[in-house]
Amino acid sequence: MPFACIFVPDFPVEALLRAEPELRTQPLAVLEGKAPLQKVLAVNENARRAGIDPGMTKLQIEACTGLVLRARSLPQEAAAHAALLDCAQSFSPRVEDAACDTIVLDLAGLQPLFGPLPKIARALARRASDLGLKASVAVAGNPDTAALAARGFSGVTVILEGTEAEQLGSLPVEVLFENSTQKSSQLLETFSRWGIRKLRDLAALPDVALSERLGQDGVYLQKLARGITSRTLVPVEPLLVFEEVIELEYPLVLLEPLAFLLGRLLEQLCARLESRALATQELRLCLELDNGGTGVLARPSGAQARQSFQRTLRLPVPLLDSRTFLKLLQLDLKAHPPGAPIVEIHLAAEPVRPRAAQHGLFLPPEPEPEKLELTLARIAGIVGEDKVGSLALLDTHRHEGFRMQRFVFTTETQRH
Amino acid sequence: MSSLPLVSSAAPGRFIPVAASARSMLVLERLSAIPKLAGVAPAARLYVRPAPQMVSSGVREIDALTGGFPRGCLTEICGPASSGRTSVLLAALGAATRRREVCALVDISDAFNPHSAAAAGVNFEKMLWVRCGTRLQKSGSPQRHRDTEKKNEKIEKPVEQALRVIDLLLQSGGFGLVIIDLGDTPVKMARRVPLASWFRFQRAVEHTATVLFVISQVPCAQTCASLLLKVSGKKLSAVSSQLSAKTPAHAQRLHGLQIQGELLRSRLERKPAGSVTSAFVTKV
Repeated sequence: MPFACIFVPDFPVEALLRAEPELRTQPLAVLEGKAPLQKVLAVNENARRAGIDPGMTKLQIEACTGLVLRARSLPQEAAAHAALLDCAQSFSPRVEDAACDTIVLDLAGLQPLFGPLPKIARALARRASDLGLKASVAVAGNPDTAALAARGFSGVTVILEGTEAEQLGSLPVEVLFENSTQKSSQLLETFSRWGIRKLRDLAALPDVALSERLGQDGVYLQKLARGITSRTLVPVEPLLVFEEVIELEYPLVLLEPLAFLLGRLLEQLCARLESRALATQELRLCLELDNGGTGVLARPSGAQARQSFQRTLRLPVPLLDSRTFLKLLQLDLKAHPPGAPIVEIHLAAEPVRPRAAQHGLFLPPEPEPEKLELTLARIAGIVGEDKVGSLALLDTHRHEGFRMQRFVFTTETQRH
Repeated sequence: MSSLPLVSSAAPGRFIPVAASARSMLVLERLSAIPKLAGVAPAARLYVRPAPQMVSSGVREIDALTGGFPRGCLTEICGPASSGRTSVLLAALGAATRRREVCALVDISDAFNPHSAAAAGVNFEKMLWVRCGTRLQKSGSPQRHRDTEKKNEKIEKPVEQALRVIDLLLQSGGFGLVIIDLGDTPVKMARRVPLASWFRFQRAVEHTATVLFVISQVPCAQTCASLLLKVSGKKLSAVSSQLSAKTPAHAQRLHGLQIQGELLRSRLERKPAGSVTSAFVTKV
């Protein structure tokens, strides 16, 4: 039974690069902690080549020229993790959320659908790349071997059954410990004293002697190194929350750069919805505004209270066109500008089933819902929102016995 | 051309009377023999535009007079106030919504009466109403001239809005009927709409299933209108004593309004249409 593992190395960095892909070619370091004790949490490959390692202080790395520094963004990491889950669930219904940067999925029964295992692995990597994440994908006969291979080898790796020990042998023992705890540090120190550097060295140790010295933990680690562990996946059923967040380094004042960022967020949202075969009928935009420090009470944590500007876009039919969404948001923001610089953008989509429209030969002409929605938004910008729409008569004898309401067009196919 | 004798290629210099179809063939042969005219397509082979599909206007007499309103063409109805043009507008809307088509009304003067439309059977779920300007204020003050200028200033902007809105609606497509109501717009303002705009609107609906319908006091679209109908109210008959008790009091005065429609132009037939009139009567 084959399993696949998707691992995103330097996950905090990749989460930030989803919103700023132009930084991928530059050395980038993600900082964590409060000033002035900030330390490097993660770096990308370019920064690593420049000599920047996780754990260094900000003072130590400031001397490096061309290095881009960013603060850690938990909302963006959550959005990246959700995107990773969407990517995995677009292939298999049985997905285990092993860690924020590691997803394991069961590939049983998928070969007739998606092709041979190497093709599935490449498709997984490509889908993750489409969602803005550079991931390593590994396929193996058990989940733990797949996870080790994904963490140890970059790119796409396929481990055939029976060759786990041989292929994992070249990996360093550090790959067995995904979280640095006191116990793992002690075990690593022990392995270092014994001269155990690679997994093949650990796999070659005698079982009894290892269990006498390190107990069941050591035996388990040896089984991992040999690739002979067997366990069942713990599938996850995540909530269908489609939300993208971006924290800005400096406040945005103009609507044009805001539209550029919104376009990027909408593309990612639509890609995630499409991977789940869903569409959306409601978009919620929340902009955190910069108050500029005037008349704002400071919170005990030191962060200034921010105003939020919210707009909700309700569509008459489920849609999945990022360009249409962007145009509608632009028209809406033009008619209702935020009024203050923007420091954070939250964009959420309410998932619904996509509409299934079957057109008939003899039906009367109908406008396309996407075009009609854009047209109505543009007309509202010309004459005003209350001057365009459909009528509803009121039960009154007053002269103005009617009210304008939103023009909602239902196709003939939706009626039947 | 019909008077020129044709010479058979078999016997040059001799006049041989031949049948019409064979005559056409001879012409084609002579034309194709001329090198300079080798690429010229004869008129007989030119593309003949099919006649547009006609839809009911909602008024039986107008359908009998014109055949209905053509799809993909601009139809214009002009007439002074109380000539029945709004009745025709409401009838057309009612007929289109009964056909389950989506309609759009660009109301430049904001003069549309929803209650009259409901009485005419218009389905509001299928009608998009765009209100471009405020209602004209009828003033009897001594400063009439200044008020007229102010009125013109008030609705000048709505006309510009209307042109942009019409462009958007026609580009969006999918509407069965798009109505431009210039009925209460002063003639001076309505005539300021450039001919290029009308031409653009006419080209936008060409080859589509949309009926573009213009209501005005005087003809505005000029040559862009494929169908031009002039309406005028003839007379009001006396209040009939046979009206039912349910009839609202204000409606009784308009019972028996006779409307005369005159077809001024129709490009839908090969031969130019003469001035044909038809009369119909409104009823409560």
